[in-house]
Amino acid sequence: MDRSERRTLSSITGKVIMALAGLFLVVFLLVHLGINLLLLADDGGRAFTGAATFMATNPVIRIAEVVLFGGFLIHMMFGVGVSIRNRRSRPVRYQHKSKSETSPLSKYMLHSGIIVFIFLVLHFIDFYFIKVGLVAPPAGIERHDFYHRSLLLFADKGYSAVYLVGFLFLGFHLNHAVQAAFQTIGMNHSKYIDGIKVFSMLYAIIVAGGFMTIPLWFILFR
Amino acid sequence: MINLNAGAPKAPLAEQWSSYKANCRLVNPNNKRKLDIIVVGTGLAGASAAATLGQLGYNVKSFCYQDTPRRAHSIAAQGGINAAKNYQNDGDNVFRLFYDTIKGGDYRARESNVYRLASISPEIIDLCVAQGVPFAREYGGLLANRSFGGTQVSRTFYARGQTGQQLLIGAYSALSRQIAAGSVKLYNRRDVLDIVIIDGKARGVIARNLVTGEIERHSAHAVVLASGGYGNVFYLSTNAMGSNVTPAWSAYKKGAVFANPCFTQIHPTCIPVHGEFQSKLTLMSESLRNDGRIWVPKEKEDVELLRQKKITPEQIHESKRDYYLERRYPAFGNLVPRDVASRAAKERCDEGYGVGSSGRAVFLDFSDSINRLGAEAISARYGNLFQMYERIVDDNPYQTPMMIYPAVHYTMGGLWVDYELMTTVPGLYSIGECNFSDHGANRLGASALMQGLADGYFVLPYTISAYLSNEIHTPPIQTTLPEFHTAVHGVADRLNQLKETKGKTSVDHFHKSLGKIMWEYCGMSRNEAGLQKALGLIGDLKTEFTSDVSIPGGMKEYNPELEKAWRVQDFIELGDLMVRDALERKESCGGHFREESQTPDGEALRNDEEFAHVAAWEFKGNGAAPERHREELRFDTVKPSQRSYK
Amino acid sequence: MIFTLKIWRQKNASDKGGLVTYKAEDISPDSSFFEMLDQLNQQLIAKGEDPVAFDHDCREGICGTCSLYINGRPHGPLKGTTTCQLHMRSFRNGETIYVEPWRCGAFPVIKDLIVDRSAFDTIIQAGGYVSVNSGGIPDANTIPVPKLDADTAFDAAACIGCGACVASCPNASAMLFVGAKVSHLALLPQGRVEAEHRVQKMVATMDSLGFGNCSNTYACEAECPKEIAVTNIARMNREFLAAKIFAEKEKQISFTL
Repeated sequence: MDRSERRTLSSITGKVIMALAGLFLVVFLLVHLGINLLLLADDGGRAFTGAATFMATNPVIRIAEVVLFGGFLIHMMFGVGVSIRNRRSRPVRYQHKSKSETSPLSKYMLHSGIIVFIFLVLHFIDFYFIKVGLVAPPAGIERHDFYHRSLLLFADKGYSAVYLVGFLFLGFHLNHAVQAAFQTIGMNHSKYIDGIKVFSMLYAIIVAGGFMTIPLWFILFR
Repeated sequence: MINLNAGAPKAPLAEQWSSYKANCRLVNPNNKRKLDIIVVGTGLAGASAAATLGQLGYNVKSFCYQDTPRRAHSIAAQGGINAAKNYQNDGDNVFRLFYDTIKGGDYRARESNVYRLASISPEIIDLCVAQGVPFAREYGGLLANRSFGGTQVSRTFYARGQTGQQLLIGAYSALSRQIAAGSVKLYNRRDVLDIVIIDGKARGVIARNLVTGEIERHSAHAVVLASGGYGNVFYLSTNAMGSNVTPAWSAYKKGAVFANPCFTQIHPTCIPVHGEFQSKLTLMSESLRNDGRIWVPKEKEDVELLRQKKITPEQIHESKRDYYLERRYPAFGNLVPRDVASRAAKERCDEGYGVGSSGRAVFLDFSDSINRLGAEAISARYGNLFQMYERIVDDNPYQTPMMIYPAVHYTMGGLWVDYELMTTVPGLYSIGECNFSDHGANRLGASALMQGLADGYFVLPYTISAYLSNEIHTPPIQTTLPEFHTAVHGVADRLNQLKETKGKTSVDHFHKSLGKIMWEYCGMSRNEAGLQKALGLIGDLKTEFTSDVSIPGGMKEYNPELEKAWRVQDFIELGDLMVRDALERKESCGGHFREESQTPDGEALRNDEEFAHVAAWEFKGNGAAPERHREELRFDTVKPSQRSYK
Repeated sequence: MIFTLKIWRQKNASDKGGLVTYKAEDISPDSSFFEMLDQLNQQLIAKGEDPVAFDHDCREGICGTCSLYINGRPHGPLKGTTTCQLHMRSFRNGETIYVEPWRCGAFPVIKDLIVDRSAFDTIIQAGGYVSVNSGGIPDANTIPVPKLDADTAFDAAACIGCGACVASCPNASAMLFVGAKVSHLALLPQGRVEAEHRVQKMVATMDSLGFGNCSNTYACEAECPKEIAVTNIARMNREFLAAKIFAEKEKQISFTL
C-alpha cells in the first residue's frame, strides 16, 4: 500500500485542525497585545505588571498556557507536514517561474511562518525562558519583572528593529492566514466572504501594528 | 445477399415500440455476466450505452481515443435537447415532435425509428435530471424551455450554451459509476482499427494503444459502434480534431453497408476561415439568428472597398445593403432552416458579394437589435458568444457586424441499421451519429443529443438482448482464433505500409487537399460535372497518398502522425463513397443540393418518385466499385410535401 | 510574427527530457496557439524530425484536452481561456515563449507536452455521480430545484477537467476539481441523497493519488478556464466536516433470502 493511503487523517481534516489551532492563536494574540499595550501607560509599569502577574499566577491561565503551547505545536506540525506533502506532490518542477495570480503572500506561508517561529524562539529567550528559569535574567532585573526587561530590551535600537521585522512577518502571515482559516473550515460564502477578507486584513494590521507600536514608542518617545 | 429490411414490429406506428418491448427476448441476469459487449466511443451514445449495459450486468469494454471518456465531442454541443414533455402547455406531444423531425429531415428518414425517438424523448430528460444535469430552471424551480430552430413549440431543454457538456458529464458519471463497480472496463487512448468477424458475426475489435503503439485484440459477443460522425472528411469542420470515421469505415469494409454518406449538414453560422493554417471552425449558436440580421453589400464597389479595408461595414448605407434572407424568404427571414440559410450565403459569395479578406463571409448584424433593445439586453442573451467571437476574431460585435460563413457540422449519413440498431453484420450495432437512422437528409437543432441518448440509454439495451439471448451458450470468444490473427496482421501490415512509404508530404497536407475537394465539389451544392471531377481528384489523391506520405516517429510509441495517417486514408476512401452517393442521388433534399434539381427560384427540389429511399452502399473490395442498395421509405403517417419558407 | 519557443521535449515517461529551442516564423497574429504549433510541426516533419506532441481535440474550449503551461501559467496569459482559444496576438512579436507540460506527481508525462490525467477519472469513479440506473425515474419536474441552486450547481459543473487548477497550484492540489464536483452534486436534491458518502470517498481517493494540500493561494481560481470559484472548495470542506462529524458509521447488512 502506498504510504499516503495509510495516513489516518485526511488532507482536509489535517488542514482543519491546523486552521482551528491557528484561529485559537489568533485569539491569544489579541489578549497578548492588550496586555502589552499597557506598557505604554505612563504609570511606571504598574498596570502592565499587574496584568502580567495575573497571567503568571491565575490557575485558569496556567492551564490555558498549556493549551496554547499545544496549539502552537499542532499548528506548526501540521503546517510543516502539509508543506512536505505539497512539495512531494510535484517531483519535477517547472522551468519557468509561476506567473499565476495568487492571494497576496499566500505562497509564502511556510516562509513567513518559519520567520515568525524564529522570532518566537528569540522572544522566548528574552522573556518566557527567563520567567521559567531556563535563562538567567540580565543583571539588575528580576525574573518576573517583564516591565523593566522590556524597557531594557527596546533601549537597544538594533534589537527593536529585529522585533519590528518579526512583527511585520507576523502581519504578513496573519493577513492571509485568518481568511484562509475561514475558507478551510468551510466558511466562504458569497455574502460574507468580502467581510471576512476585510476583517482578516484589519486584524493583521491591528495586531502587527499594535505590537510594532511598542518598540517604536520606546525608540521615539523614551 | 444484403437484406435491408428494417424489421419494425407489425403494429400501428404509435404502438410499435411498446409492442417490441413486450415481446423482446431477454437475457437472464446469470447469463448477462457471461456475455461481453464492446462499445466503441464514449460520447452521448457510447457512454450512455456502456453505462446502461453495465448496469444491466453485462461485461462491457468501453473504448475511446481520448485520454478520458469525458472529452468525446458531444461535449461541444451548445443549444439544447428536444423532448416532447409539453411542460409549457403549448400543444407539444410525441406526434408533433415525430412530425417535425420527419419533415425537417426532408422525408428521408424512417418513420418507425423517428416515432420511437420522439416517444422516448421525455424519459431522457427525467433520467438526466436524476443524474444531476443542471438544466435551466424557472424561479418556481421547474425546468425551463426555449424554442429552437424555428419550431412552433418550446420543447428544448438547455443548460446555458453548454447542454452537450452537461449531458455528456451526466453520461460520463454514469459510466464512471459502472467502471468503479467493475461492470465496465475502460480502454482509453485506443484507436479501434478493425472489427473482427467470426462465422459472420461481429466478435471483437483490433485496437491500437496510442501510448505504447501496441496492437491489441479484444473479443466480445457483440460490438457496438458509437464513434460519431465523419465531418472531418472536409478537413475544416466544427468536429474535434480527432473525430474520425475509422471504426465505422472498418465495419463497412467488413460487410456493414453505409447509408446516405452524402447527407452532411452545413451549419450557417460559423466563424469564417481566416488563413491557410486554420485547423478548425468554430460554431456560433444558431440562436444568434433570432436577433441578428444577415446581409452583404448590394454594390460590388462596396465589396471591393470592404475587402481592402478602406471602409467599415457600418459606413455602408442601409439602402446599399442586401438582406438577402429577408428578401428571398419574407415569411421566415433570417430564421430559415440551416440548409437553406447556408446555401443562400454561398450563393451570394459565389456571385462575388462575399466580404472578409477571403470573400467567403457574410455579415450578421446586431445593430438593429441593439438600437431596439439596448446593448445590455443583447449582452444578456448572447454575451458569451460575443466574447468568444471577439476572442477568436478580435472584432467587437457590439460595434461592428459579425462575419459568419457556413461550415460542416454534422453528418446524417452513417452505418445502415435496422429497427434494432443492428447493422447488416449480425452482432454489430451502430448508435448515435455513427448510424444513419433518424435525421433523414437534414437534422433539426437540438435533435442530435436526443438521438444519441435515446439510442444509448433506452433503445440499444433492449434490442441487444434480443440478439444476445441467442448467444448465452457461446463461451467467451478466444482472441487466439485465426480470425483475430488475420485481423491483427492486416492492421500491422497497413501500419507498416504507412510507415514505410517514406514519402515527402505530411498527412495534414493530404487531409487539407481532400477537404478542399470535398468542400468544392461535394459541399453545399453539388452537380454532375463537379462530382465526376471530384471522383478523379480523389482517386489521384489516394494514389499520391500511398506513394508519398511522410510519417516521422516510430511504431511502438506515441505517434500522432501515424494515428492521423490511418484516419486520413479512411477519409479519402469515404470521400470517394460520398461523391458516388451524391452523384447517384439525382435530386435535392435537405442538406444534399443538386444544382440540376431545383425549383425555378432556386429552391431544393425533391424527387419522391425515384429517391424516396435510403441509399446503402456495400463494399465490394479494394479497387472495385461499391454496390448501391435501397431501402424504400414508406410514409404511411406523414405525407411528403415540398418544404416552403417563403 | 516571429517567436522563440522553448518547448519541453521528452521521448517517453522514463526519458529525462529538457527544453529545446525552436524558431517560429511567419505566424499570423490570428492563428491560435495550436495552429502556431501545427505550423512548427509541419516544418519539423519536412525536416524528418519528430513533431512536438501535445494534447488537443475540440479546439473550441470545451473538451478540456489541452494542457499547456505557457510562460508560467496554465493555458497562457489570458484569463478564462483554454490554450486552444489563445491566439498569437496575445503575445509580443519576437517574444520568447516557454511551453511545458502540467507538472504534478499524479500527472506523469507520457510524451513531450502530454500528461496522463487519469487520476481525475479515478476520483470521479470514487463517487462523482448520482447512483441512478437508466430506468424507473420519476418525472423530471417532480422535485423543484431553486433556480439559484441550479445555477450555482451549473457554475461548478462547468468544469472541463483540464487540470489547470492542479497545474497552477503551488502544491499541485486537486481541491478545486474535486470541490467543483462535490458542490455540483451537493447543491442539487438529486445528489444530496448520497452527498455524505460521496465527499468522504472522493477526498480519500484524491489523497491517495498524491495530490498536494490546498493552502488557499487561489491560483486555481485565477487560472481556471471556466473561472470556477474557490467557494466550491469551502463548500467541500463544509460537506466533508459535516459528514465526518455527523454521519453515521456505514454498515454492511447481510441477509439470506
